[in-house]
Amino acid sequence: MLTLDGVSKVYRIGAFGGKSLQAVRGVSFDLRPGEIVSLIGESGSGKSTIGRMILRLDRVTSGTISFDGGDIAQLGRTGTKAYYREVQGVFQDPFSSYNPVFKADRVFAMIRGAYFPGVGNDEWHEKLCASLASVGLSPGEVLNRYPHQLSGGQLQRLLIARALLLDIRILVADEVISMLDASTRIDVLNLLADLKSRGLGILFITHDLSLGNYVSDRTLILHRGAVVEMGATEKVFGDPRHAYTRMLLASVPHLHERWRDRKRNGDLALPPASRDDPAPVLVEVDTDHLAALPGKGEPS
Amino acid sequence: MSLRVDDLKVYYRTLRGDVQALDGVTFEIADGEIMGLAGESGCGKSTLGKSLIRLDGRMRHVGGSVTLDGKQLPLGDDRAMNAFRFKSVSIVPQYAMSALNPTRKVGRIAEELLESRGIHFDGVRPELVRRLELVGLSKDVLGMFPIELSGGMKQRTVMVLSTLLNPSLLIADEVTSALDVSSQRAVAEMLVEFRERSYVKSMVFITHDLAILYQAADTILVMYAGRLAEKASSDAVISRPKHPYTQLLVSSLPEVGVRYADRRLEGIPGKPPSLLEPPQGCRFRDRCPLAFAKCAEQPPFVEVEPGHRVACWAVT
Amino acid sequence: MAAPRDLEPATVPQAGVATVGGPAVAVEPQAAAGAPVPAHRSEFVYFALRNWKFVLGLGVVLVFLAAAVFGPMVASHAPLEFSGPTDQPPSSDYWFGTTSFGQDVFAQFVHGLRAAFLVGAVGGGIAWVLGAVVGFTAGYRGGAIDDVLNMLTNVVLVIPTLAILIIVSAYMNVHSYSVEAVLIGLTSWPWAARAVRAQTFTLKTRDFVDVARLSGRSTRQVIASEIAPNMSSYLLMMFILLFGGAILIGASLDFLGLGPSESVSLGLMMNNAFLSSALVLGSWWWFLPPGIGIIGIVGGLYVMNVGLDEVFNPRLRET
Repeated sequence: MLTLDGVSKVYRIGAFGGKSLQAVRGVSFDLRPGEIVSLIGESGSGKSTIGRMILRLDRVTSGTISFDGGDIAQLGRTGTKAYYREVQGVFQDPFSSYNPVFKADRVFAMIRGAYFPGVGNDEWHEKLCASLASVGLSPGEVLNRYPHQLSGGQLQRLLIARALLLDIRILVADEVISMLDASTRIDVLNLLADLKSRGLGILFITHDLSLGNYVSDRTLILHRGAVVEMGATEKVFGDPRHAYTRMLLASVPHLHERWRDRKRNGDLALPPASRDDPAPVLVEVDTDHLAALPGKGEPS
Repeated sequence: MSLRVDDLKVYYRTLRGDVQALDGVTFEIADGEIMGLAGESGCGKSTLGKSLIRLDGRMRHVGGSVTLDGKQLPLGDDRAMNAFRFKSVSIVPQYAMSALNPTRKVGRIAEELLESRGIHFDGVRPELVRRLELVGLSKDVLGMFPIELSGGMKQRTVMVLSTLLNPSLLIADEVTSALDVSSQRAVAEMLVEFRERSYVKSMVFITHDLAILYQAADTILVMYAGRLAEKASSDAVISRPKHPYTQLLVSSLPEVGVRYADRRLEGIPGKPPSLLEPPQGCRFRDRCPLAFAKCAEQPPFVEVEPGHRVACWAVT
Repeated sequence: MAAPRDLEPATVPQAGVATVGGPAVAVEPQAAAGAPVPAHRSEFVYFALRNWKFVLGLGVVLVFLAAAVFGPMVASHAPLEFSGPTDQPPSSDYWFGTTSFGQDVFAQFVHGLRAAFLVGAVGGGIAWVLGAVVGFTAGYRGGAIDDVLNMLTNVVLVIPTLAILIIVSAYMNVHSYSVEAVLIGLTSWPWAARAVRAQTFTLKTRDFVDVARLSGRSTRQVIASEIAPNMSSYLLMMFILLFGGAILIGASLDFLGLGPSESVSLGLMMNNAFLSSALVLGSWWWFLPPGIGIIGIVGGLYVMNVGLDEVFNPRLRET
């Protein structure tokens, strides 16, 4: 459904764009219907940039992103609008996603104005209620309110409801729960997992490995803009091959095992990698499990 | 040393009335103990952390007392507290990375900090360098501007500066929250190391992340809506929590190894009560699956097992 | 990666202040499903009227405005008419006395007020529109467009405005205050453009702009419907400052004798008074009213602005 092929993003920084910054290097993967793919990386790994490129909020520098076989960089204004009918995104900060001057349900009005101009009030209201129900919100508690009157969890769910109004096929969820409290996080996460059963393809971008592990079918580990390991979630987490993945897993605090009780094994050594290197080559280490070849100086 | 907090009440003044952010909190921290302070947003943990060192503009010390090493801390009096700050009580604030003045070199910041406390910088400099090297920073850091350092480096610098005078109590306010996974572990382990080397005696480690507390803290104090819910060793809180809130919270945490397909985790429905006009009795009552008639009365925070305190009628 | 922040946004304290059920504002207009309603209107009026600086400033400006509108109707003489005895102090015939040419100072004053408001409105208005357009475009589009507009802004900013205006006025032989206002407008927009650009940069990075783009909105629509409303208070205050600034520049030009000489303005009055040695002769009724007029209007506008800042910024309000 959605395919990324050798996608790279270079930013020009400095006065008059003198220097360049390689944010994403040669990333390739695909997203199929009814599956959740996690993009896991720390800050600066380029994961959000990939999400934005898929959403056409930023331009791809090289490589292609294709949706249903068509290159999305070629879409004009009408093409983009049609694209957004099928692909939508939800971002990290629920309070920043709403224009504070207006009520929260204005996000629905914007969709209505752009995509459902002819729909009557009653029919629209029905659609809205159905969408809200599928995210677990009741119309009475969220309609006609300002964003500051709602909680972060409600706001995130509203954004998901907004996306569902459009009958989308792909949802890009960029750190959608990192700003929520622990007790509400899991509800939104469960919601994403439930949406999968509707045939939605979800790209779940996060820095938190336990979340990725909980909810996704396949996982990609990003380091400084390039994919270092990817494959079925149980394989990537259960049998990590790349040093970076191992380091990440070793650094995560567990709830039933203390760091000091585990063997160190040099697990915390950070493999050196530079953004200016070409994207590492991925080899198949197992069915549905690829990892990058160790480069110069990288421990294997 | 020990810290004893007795029925501490701190409210915030707002246009609409007083928000009872911290409503009668009593606990102790023993010498050398790292106590994790956990809870969700609005529970009062940051307020508690801040009140121990500096009440900011809108906070009011309404009642209760704090005793450190036998001396009572003059919380309400900003100037009197100055004698204790940095020497007895120190803080690594939230967003410590922005706590460094971007127009000054790090060495200069340290110098000004020490001189303001009447301590000659040159005398302390060797120790400062030793500690910087302990946390993995070279002494060149003193000659750099904050902008030249990465987030993790800044965090570690602030931690070293805050503990330079070996305070009795260190308040670490969400020090790992804004860091990457790889730096989080380093910083958490560093805090424990500081305690091992007696750079600090005891610590209050404030965070929402229970997993980190399990790794780094000796005991965990769970707060809810301005009151204490449970305090026990970190093992007990994670493996044998007694308060329903703690139980629900712990069971809602995903960890590596738990997958949705295998076991669906549940959150806690509803949200915390407004602290402008908090409800009578137990504040968790509305969301608690075990609530019954007695919960209309505030449960006392009592010891149900040695070293394990809970505020819940269903338990006591 | 960010620290999990509070569920409720940043009005201290972070403890569940947004109560369940019930809007926080005093009066909430009921919106039809989906029609956007700005949060500010009723709340703004409520707080504005309680802010003494705003009310005082507005009051002073309105008094002068009323004088400008109704004054010429009640003035008994034409402003430039040599109607009476020269150098008379205020009397019942000539409320503000006469000039050394025998002209009615009161008539001159109220006509001058009209000219001042005209220059303020037109000059300030043009600067405002130009500043906003350049600022929004540069801020939102960024990149090469921003670089070009930025250069243009900086060039116009650095040029000594008064010098240019003097030269242009000297050669162009300005005939009316409208033309003078246009000239002022064309040279005072840069700082407004920079301010708008800076604000736009900040707002552009907010996620709601992305959400609007994901709803199929074009650049122009995003600026108008997402960014500008968030800056409405800022734009209002900017207009007030530009209005006042235009009046000041206009008065300076007129004082230097470079404004239209066939009509009357406050600056011109002061110029004439000065040239006729009114200071030495003690004809205070000639130069004091225009001076007070300029100070009053411009000062009133600035005080209003300070008050508005408090109204719009709740943090300044609570303490």
